Order: sequence, then structure tokens, then C-alpha cells
Amino acid sequence: MDEEAPPVKARGLVKRYKEVLAVDHIDLNVRAGDVYGFLGPNGAGKTTTLRMALGLIVPTAGTIELFGHDPIRDGARALQGVAGFVEAPRFYPYLSARKNLELLAALDGDGAGSRIDEVLETVELTPRAPHRVGGFSHGMRQRLGIAAALLRRPRLLLLDEPATGLDPGGMRDMRLLIRRLADDGITVLLSSHQLPEVQELCDRVAIVDSGRVVYEGALADLRRQGGAGYRLRSTDDARAIEVARTQEGIEHVLMGEHGVGFQADESHVGALSLALGRAEVGILALAPELATLEDLFFRLTEEAGGESPSPSGAEQGSQAPSPPLVEAQ
Amino acid sequence: MSSVSAAAPVPRALPAAPRRPATRTVYRWELRKLVSQKRTYMGLGLAVLLPLIFVISQLVRGHPPHGADSIFASEIFQSGLATPVLMLTFLAPFFLPLIGVLVAGDVVAAEDGNGTLKTILTRSVDRGQVFAAKAAAAMTYGAIAVYLSAGVATVAGISAWGFHSVRTLSGTSVSAQKALLLVFAANTCFLIPLLTIACIGVLLSTITRNSAAAIVGALGVTLILAIVQQIPGLEGLHPYLLTTQYFAWQGLLRTPTDWAPILHSLWVCALYAVPALFAGYLVFLRRDVAGG
Repeated sequence: MDEEAPPVKARGLVKRYKEVLAVDHIDLNVRAGDVYGFLGPNGAGKTTTLRMALGLIVPTAGTIELFGHDPIRDGARALQGVAGFVEAPRFYPYLSARKNLELLAALDGDGAGSRIDEVLETVELTPRAPHRVGGFSHGMRQRLGIAAALLRRPRLLLLDEPATGLDPGGMRDMRLLIRRLADDGITVLLSSHQLPEVQELCDRVAIVDSGRVVYEGALADLRRQGGAGYRLRSTDDARAIEVARTQEGIEHVLMGEHGVGFQADESHVGALSLALGRAEVGILALAPELATLEDLFFRLTEEAGGESPSPSGAEQGSQAPSPPLVEAQ
Repeated sequence: MSSVSAAAPVPRALPAAPRRPATRTVYRWELRKLVSQKRTYMGLGLAVLLPLIFVISQLVRGHPPHGADSIFASEIFQSGLATPVLMLTFLAPFFLPLIGVLVAGDVVAAEDGNGTLKTILTRSVDRGQVFAAKAAAAMTYGAIAVYLSAGVATVAGISAWGFHSVRTLSGTSVSAQKALLLVFAANTCFLIPLLTIACIGVLLSTITRNSAAAIVGALGVTLILAIVQQIPGLEGLHPYLLTTQYFAWQGLLRTPTDWAPILHSLWVCALYAVPALFAGYLVFLRRDVAGG
């Protein structure tokens, strides 16, 4: 393991399945200590990218390195200090949780067997250790997946949707566990489409859509780039939207769960409030707020979708798409 | 240790790279997985059951079959040691190959289907080690099935008809001790084509990613070759058919021992087994593990 090399570095990563381009020239830079969110809608190419990172599938083009090692070229050596799972972790249903971990520890070597009790304790599965995995709930299997990963004493954890399918309590526990592991110095690459999870856990993110990275960088920078937003609650939100859309300097007007969201400079907000008054729309609340990850995510992925050339090569709509937000490396 | 050496400064050791598990460790776990699965015992159960059924039915019948074309069929009431040889003759063309491919056809495909292949391929062992261990486990299973069937047939035969000398295919008589050794040797020789069909099963298991398709496919190879053996005009192919090799062990039961069919079987089977295993290995090394 190259101590200086970044935990994950992908360059021009491509995976094509016949006509389908699952991953389209992805570059990733996960730094030591990151809790790195890998965000994207279903089918965006997240799992395919993680499979390539773990050496499970061969890239069509490009490279991905873990601590400087290519998992395809270097085989198991590239996974030294690396652990994780893609999609749901899978185990032998006819073996107990402990036997499954014993098997995996045997395949890890390096004294992994002596850590079984410790990792079972960490994921709070000690009482279920003698039971067959076939009878485990989805949440217990997810936790066993984390335990199996921890056996390897990883410096890098690759987790693919670890909270998917868990009940709210299980999701909270999973987040706490990931936070705890990150606090212990483990670099985490967390693939997810659950925005609150990423917002809560991650400091850096890559947002992928249709196999392409549309943003990579610090989450805080992304939110800053998203610009100042405002949230308006009024006596007539539908009319308020109509008025807002006619006002100069008011952009991205959207009806949200908690009122109307829009973006504007402060100078234009005053004009909007006057216009709303003239239109006899009462303002109940008008407050500035930073764009949420959810807002940014949809804005980015929708913009990226707009950028994609249509199959016929015909021009897109008249509105020019904004350039993707990419942090300078 | 002398006081001088004890006092000498110990060179600071470089941090050792973690030792990668040996292939035998992976192999041991493949066997443990087999032992933990109920279906493993289905094939072995049949391997035990058939000789028992045969011996019991012959005891009930009370006399050897009339016009038996095998010398051992007429010998079974003279010596219990004729039973394992006769059973091998019966089971060699289809039943033992079936047991042989049960695990071989399943060994990669089942893990692929269950998604556990990705679990083991993201540990500290190389794909080549996993493939070698799986192939070895499949072959071990086939060998166990053959020896188990032979062992049960021998014990049941001796219990029913005694531990006596046996006539060989050449008509000469061999002592009971030598006959016992020949039974073991004949079954060992039979492993050559059996492990070959297991190699084909492993290849199909790797390629098809479907246990049933791999098992049926490997048996299909046996059936097709058996049919080819029956087609008039193709006699020139017979020495090179895998199905012909199922009976090469009979050379051991001649006096003097006829090694030619056994040596022939070795290289003919190698022509089937080595490319199958190598192709399976290459596919396994480069395959995308996208399931699960």
C-alpha cells in the first residue's frame, strides 16, 4: 500500500455494456480522511464505479486506483487496507454469522480471525452470532456487511447504499456507525441516493448522473456555489409564483414542501415583496436560506440531463444549460 | 542463545506486508462450505444407497443373474470383492459422472447466483486462488463419491458373500488381499475420466453462471459422446472419446496388468481436462462479477 497515494483516484473511467454507457469518463479524487459522498439517482453508475474500484468488473477504459494500486492489474494486493460492499452484502445463508466471518477472516489472513468478537460487538450482533444468516433481517445483514468489512482493519471503506432498506432506527444507527468509523480515521466512500444521509455524513461529494460526474468537491463549496436562496410563505403561493416569475432577478422559482423557493440578490427581494403586495398576496414569511443538498442535487442532475445530446442530435430547448459545477482541482 | 548474541542490537524490522492466505486455506473453506450444505449429501447418499440396494436385492434373489455378460456378475456369490467391481461397471457410464458434476457444475455458478462471489473476491485472495480452490473442492467431492460408493459396495459385498479370492477378466484367480488392492486401484483409475468431466463442469459453471445449465451441459457432453460411440462408421473416434475412458480401469483386472488403456486414458483425458480447466481459469480471471 502506497502511504502517499490517495485512497481513491479514478481517471477517465468508462464502463460500457454493449449499447449502454454505464460510466462515462468519471474522474474521482478521494483524499485521506474524507467522508466522500458518491451521489446520484438510481442507474447513474455509482454501483458500477464501486464494482470497478473493488476489481469486480473490468473497466472498458480508464483507470481506478486504491492507494496507488489498480485492482485489476494488482489483484488482491490492491485491496490491502480496503473493504466494503456493493449493493446488499451477501453471505452464506446456511452458515452462522460467526462462521461467515470466520470464512472471510480466513480469506483475509493477517490475524483477522482474532477480531471477530470485536467487530460483532461493534455492530451489535454478538447475540446473533451463532444463528444462521439465512434467518437474518435486511438490517442485520447490512450490519454484518459492515462487520465483515471491519475485519480487514480498513483504511478505506467503500459502502454502497448501506442504509437502503433499513427502518428509520436502523438508518440512524448506520449513520452513527459510519460517523464513528470516520472519526476513527477511516476514509469512507459512501455511495447513496439518500441526500440527508450524505448531507449529514459527508464533507466532500461527487454527484453523478447518467454515468458522468456533474460535480466533485467540498459539500460546503457546492452549497456556496448554489447561491443564496429564499423561502417564501404567502397567503396564495400559486399567485406568488406567478408574480415571482415575472420579476427581474428572481430565478429558480420552485414550489417546495415548505413554501416557494427562489434565488435572487438581496436588491431584487425588496422589489418582489412590493410586487406581491400590489398583487394582494400577503407575505407570511420570507427568509433567506442556503440551498439544500436536495435543491442542488436536482438542479445539477436536471442540468446535466439537459446537456446530454439527444439521440437524433437535434438541438435541445432554447434555454442554454448552465455549465456543470466542478471544483478546480 | 549466547549472551553475545542476546546483547547484540536487533535490526529494526521493516513492517511486514500482511501474509496472504494460502490456496489451501481457501480450499479448506470450500470443503467446509460443501459440508454445510444439505445438497452435498444427496449425491453422496445415492453413492451409498445404490450399492446397498444392489447387494440386498441379490441376497433376496439368491442366485446370480443368468447369462451375465460380466465375469464379475457370475462371481458375486463366490466373493464379496466382485461386488465393488460390478458396481463400478454399472455406475461408471452415467451415475458416477452425474455425482461428479453435481458439485462441479454448481461450484462457481451458485456463488455467482447468490452474490457471494463478490463477497469472497473482495478479500485478500486472488481470483486464481479462488478458482483453484473451487476446482480442487469439486474434484475432491467427485473422488469422495467414487471411493464412498466403492467402500460401501466392498463392505456390503464382503458382509454378504465373504472375503474370498476373485477371478480376473483374464480368468486367473487373485487372492482376496490382492483383489482388495485392485478394487482400490480400479476406482483410482476411474477418477481420471471422472475428474475430467468435473473439469468440464467447472468450465460450464464459470461460463454459464447457472448451476442447472452447467450440470446438464456437462452430462450432455457425456451423453453426446456416448451416442457418438454408438454411431456406425465412427469407430475410429472411439479411442479418443471420454466415454471410452470410463472403462480404462479394466486393464488393471487383467493378468498381466494391461497398462495401455490406462496410459491412453491419461493423455486422452488430459486433452479434455486441461483446456477446459484453463479456459475456465481465464474466464474466471477476467469475468465481470456484476450479479448480487
